[in-house]
Amino acid sequence: MTHSSPTIVFQTINITKTYQMGEVQVHALRGVDLELYQGEFVVMLGPSGSGKSTLLNILGGLDVPTSGTVRYGDQDLSTFNESVLTRYRREHVGFVFQFYNLIPSLTARENVALVTEISAHPLPPEEALQLVQLGERMDHFPAQLSGGEQQRVAIARAIAKRPNVLLCDEPTGALDIKTGIVVLEALAKVNRELGTTTVVITHNVAIADMADRVFSLSDGRIANVTENTHKKSPAELSW
Amino acid sequence: MRALDRKLWRDLWHLRGQSLAIMAVMASGVACFIMFMSTLDSLLQSRDRYYSEHRFAEIFVPIKRAPEAVAQRLAGINGVSKVDTRVVAPVMVDMEGFHEPIIGTITSIPDSGEPKLNRLYLRAGRLIEPGRNNEVVISEAFAEAHQLNPGDSLHVIINGKREQLRIVGSGGSPEYVHQVPPGGAFPDYERYAILWMGRTPLSRAYDMNGAFNNVVLTLTRDADEQAVMDQIEAMFKPYGGVGAIARKDQSSNYILEQELAQLESLSGIFPMIFLGVAAFLLNVVVTRLVGTQREQVAALKAFGYSNLSIAGHYLQLIMLIVLGGIAIGVPVGATLGHMLSEIYVEYFRLPFLDFTLEPLRVIQVSLISIVAGLLGTLAAVRAAVRLKPAEAMRPEAPAVYRASLVETLGLQRLLSTPTRMILRNLGHKPVKSLLSILGIALAIGIMMTGQFQQDSVYYMMHIRYDLSQRDDLTVVFNEPKSRRALTELVSLPGVESGEPFRMVPVRLRFEHRHYRTMIWAMEPGSTIRRLVDNDLRVVEPPAQGILLNEYLANHILQVKAGDKVEVETLDGRMRKASLPVVGLIQQDFGMTAYMSLGALNRLMQEGELISGASLYIDDDYANEIYQKIKERPAIAGSLIRKQEIKNFHRTMDQTMLFWTSVATIFAVIIAVGVVYNSARIILTERSRELASLRVLGYTRGEISYILLGELALLTLVALPVGLAFGRGLCGYIAWTVNNDMYRVPLIVEPSTYAFAALCVLLAAGASGLLVRQRLDKLDLIEVLKTKE
Repeated sequence: MTHSSPTIVFQTINITKTYQMGEVQVHALRGVDLELYQGEFVVMLGPSGSGKSTLLNILGGLDVPTSGTVRYGDQDLSTFNESVLTRYRREHVGFVFQFYNLIPSLTARENVALVTEISAHPLPPEEALQLVQLGERMDHFPAQLSGGEQQRVAIARAIAKRPNVLLCDEPTGALDIKTGIVVLEALAKVNRELGTTTVVITHNVAIADMADRVFSLSDGRIANVTENTHKKSPAELSW
Repeated sequence: MRALDRKLWRDLWHLRGQSLAIMAVMASGVACFIMFMSTLDSLLQSRDRYYSEHRFAEIFVPIKRAPEAVAQRLAGINGVSKVDTRVVAPVMVDMEGFHEPIIGTITSIPDSGEPKLNRLYLRAGRLIEPGRNNEVVISEAFAEAHQLNPGDSLHVIINGKREQLRIVGSGGSPEYVHQVPPGGAFPDYERYAILWMGRTPLSRAYDMNGAFNNVVLTLTRDADEQAVMDQIEAMFKPYGGVGAIARKDQSSNYILEQELAQLESLSGIFPMIFLGVAAFLLNVVVTRLVGTQREQVAALKAFGYSNLSIAGHYLQLIMLIVLGGIAIGVPVGATLGHMLSEIYVEYFRLPFLDFTLEPLRVIQVSLISIVAGLLGTLAAVRAAVRLKPAEAMRPEAPAVYRASLVETLGLQRLLSTPTRMILRNLGHKPVKSLLSILGIALAIGIMMTGQFQQDSVYYMMHIRYDLSQRDDLTVVFNEPKSRRALTELVSLPGVESGEPFRMVPVRLRFEHRHYRTMIWAMEPGSTIRRLVDNDLRVVEPPAQGILLNEYLANHILQVKAGDKVEVETLDGRMRKASLPVVGLIQQDFGMTAYMSLGALNRLMQEGELISGASLYIDDDYANEIYQKIKERPAIAGSLIRKQEIKNFHRTMDQTMLFWTSVATIFAVIIAVGVVYNSARIILTERSRELASLRVLGYTRGEISYILLGELALLTLVALPVGLAFGRGLCGYIAWTVNNDMYRVPLIVEPSTYAFAALCVLLAAGASGLLVRQRLDKLDLIEVLKTKE
C-alpha cells in the first residue's frame, strides 16, 4: 500500500444525517468530510452514537445522507434511487456484520454461492472459503459452525464477488479474543491479497493498530485521523 | 391496567393482521354452525307451531268412495282421537290468457268454513261462508303466481263440468307445505293450484253426495299407530281403500323432513372444518409468538411471574381471538340463518317464520370454539411455561437444516440457491408445512362443495330430461283408458307421435319389509320415454317379472335379482301377486318399479289399459293442444317438459345459489386466512435472511421469490390434495343426503375443480401481494443490527 498516487474510492463532502426518532430529532452525522483510498485498510473508532454505523451504511448504499455528497469513484451515491443502490451493493460492496447474518438453511458454500450467483466475475465459492481457511467445512450448515467460523463464512461471502470495498460493522463484536483475531487475520489477508478497500468500524481501540488509517468519530463528526506508520498484524493485537 | 395486560393488548395490536385472519376463519365456522342450527331450530319451531296450531293430521286415508256413515265407525277405533272426512278431487283450472293447462287439487272444508284438522291459515280474505256454493279459497302461492285477489273469479273443471268460482280468500294448510304437481319434481305455482271448497258444493260437483273419498285423523297420546292403520285399512278395503298413510310418509311432510335431515347433516361437517383450520392457525401464530418472545418470557419469570400467570397471559391472548371470532360469527351466522330460513319458508310455503337463535346454540358453538382454540394452542403455551429463564435469556439455538429430498436425489444442480432455501425451509418444519397444505386443501374442498351440488343436480336433470323423459308433454288420464285414447291424442293436430304408459300405485313386500311406490309400465322399444340408468345405458322394461330401482331393492326391501316380491296394488282393488325380480336399475331419482306394459296389464286383468301418454309435439301447435287438453274431462294432468326444466332452474336459483355463495365466501376466507398467516410467519421468520440478501445486493423481486416461492409451492402442492379432498367431501355429502326421493350422484365437473383451484390461487395471490408489500418496508439496517 503506497500513498504516492492514491486513487480515491470514496469521497464525502459535508454529509449530514438526521433521523426522526418519535418526537426527537437525532443528528447522527453533523458534517463529515473524508476520502478513502483504493486498497487501504481503515478502522473507524468511536463510542455508541458517534455516527460510525450511519456513515458505514451510507458508504454501503444502505442509507442516503440528509445533505451533502457521497462520491464513489465518479458517481454520486446521494442521488441514487433504491434500485440503483441495490445494483451498487450488488456489484461493488461487500458487507460483514456483527451477527454474521448467514442463512441457516444454506451450507457455508451455498451462503457464498448466494452472492456469486448474482455477480459478474466472482471467485468460486470454494476459493473464497479457502481464503478464510474454511476449505474443510464448506458443506456445513451455520448451526454446525462456531461463531468465528460463521463470521469467516460471512467474510468469504462478502469478498466472493470481488467487491471494490469491504465494509465491516463490528465484525468481532460477538466473538472472544482468540476467534476475533482469526477473523481479523482473514480480513487482513483479503485486503492484502485482493487489494480490497476495507473499512472496519469498531469501538475496540486495539483493532486500530492493524489499520493503515484510523478515523475517530465523536458526536457525528470526524474528530481525528491518524496514519499508522507501523501496522501490527492481527496476531500481535490484544484486548 | 396491569403491565402484563398492556403487553397483551399491544401484542394483539402487533398481530392484528394475523389475529383478524384467524378471527375471520373462526367466525366463518361459528357463522356456519349458527346459520345451519338457527335455520334448523327455526324451521322445526315454525313447523311445529304450524302443525299444532293448524291441527295437522297424523293419518291420511285416501279411498275411492265411502258413505258418510262409515265415518262413525272410525271414531270407535281404539287410539283414534279426531276424524275429518273430506272430498278431495283433481281439477283443471282455466285462467284466461294462460294457455298451458293448470292442474289442481281441490279439498273440501266444512260448509261452515273451519275444518277440525288441517286447518287453513288465511293470508288474504276469509274462509267460505255457509250457503254460498261458489266460493273458493286458493293457495297463497297460486294467488301470487297469477296475481289473484279475493273477489276475483276462477273457472275450474271438476269431473268434466266447468264451474265458475269466486275467490274469497288465499292461504295454505299444513297438508301442502311442499306443493309439487303430481308426477312433477319441483314446485310450479303457476301450473299447480291447491284449492278449498265447501263440502256440499264440491260433493255435488264430484258426485260425492253423502259420501267421502278421503279421511284424515289424529291419534290419542297412547295410540299404537300401526295397529290403528291396520284396522283402518281393513275397514276401508270394501270402499276402495288404498292403504293408510302415516304423517311421516305424507308426501309434503316427508319432503320437508328429508330437507331438514339434510340440513342437520350439513351442519355437522362444515363448522368443524372451519374451526379445525382456525385452531391450526392459532397454533402456528402462538407458537411463533412464544418463540419470538422467549427472552421476554424469561425476563418475566426472572422477575418472579409464575408459570400460571405466563400461561394465563398467552391463554388470554388466544381467548381474545377466539371470542372475537365468536363475537363476529354469531351475528353473521344469525343473519345468514335468517336469510336461509326465509328461503326455506318460501320454498315450503310455511305461513310464518318463527326465527329463533337458541342461547344453547351460542353456548354450544362457543364451547366448541374455545375447546378448538385451546387444543390448537396447548403445545405452544406449554412450551412457554416450560422455558427455563436462564436458557431462554440466550437466543434460540440456530435451527438445524438438512438438504431437501429433491437434493438428496441428486437434482441440486438444477436448483438455484434461493430455490434450495425454499425447499429446505419447507422441509425444516414438515408438520407445519403439511398443515398449511392441509389448510389450503380444506379451502379448496369447501369451495368445491358449493359447485358440486349444482354439478350433480344438473347431471341428474340431464339423465331425466335429456335422456329419459324426452317427451314434450306428458298427459295423465283421470283413470286408465283403452289404447284408443292414445290414438285420439296422436291424431290431434300438432302431435307428432306418442307412446303409452301405465302406472299403478303398489305396495311391494319382501319378507317383513314393505314400501309404497309405483309400478311404471311402458312398451319395450319405446323411444320418447326411456329407462336410463346411471351409466347412461338404456334399459328395456322386462317382458316378464319386475325391474326394481336399485336403492329400493338394496336399501329398503333388501331383495336381489331372482327373489320374488309380493305386489299389492293400491288402486282400490287391492290385487295381490308375486313377481320375480328380474333385474335392478341404478337411478338417482325416486324408487320406482318397472314392468312392460303387457306384463302389467296381464297382472291387472283389466284389458289393454293405459294411464297416459308421452307425446312429441310441434311447438307451433302447443297452445291449441293445451286447449284441447283442457277441454277433455278424461285428462287429469299434464306436464310440460320445458316448463319442468324451468321450474328446476328456478328452484335451483332459489335454494342452491345461496349455499354456493356462502361456501365460496367462507372458502375464500379460509384460503386467505391460511395463506396470509403462512406468509406473515414466513416473513417474520425470514425477515433477517431477506434483509441480509437485500444488503448483499438482491433486489426486491429476487427476495420476493424466496418469500412468495415458499407460499406458491405450498399452494401448488395443496391444489391436487385439495381437489382430491374436495372430491371426497362431495362424496361424503352425496352419501349423507341420499334418501328415498333422490340419490345425489358424485358428479364433479372439470369446471368445478377449475373454479375452486382458481379461487384459491387468487386468494393466495392476493395474500401474497399483501405480504409482499411489507417486504418493501423491510428496515435493512435495523434488522441487521439486532440479534434475532
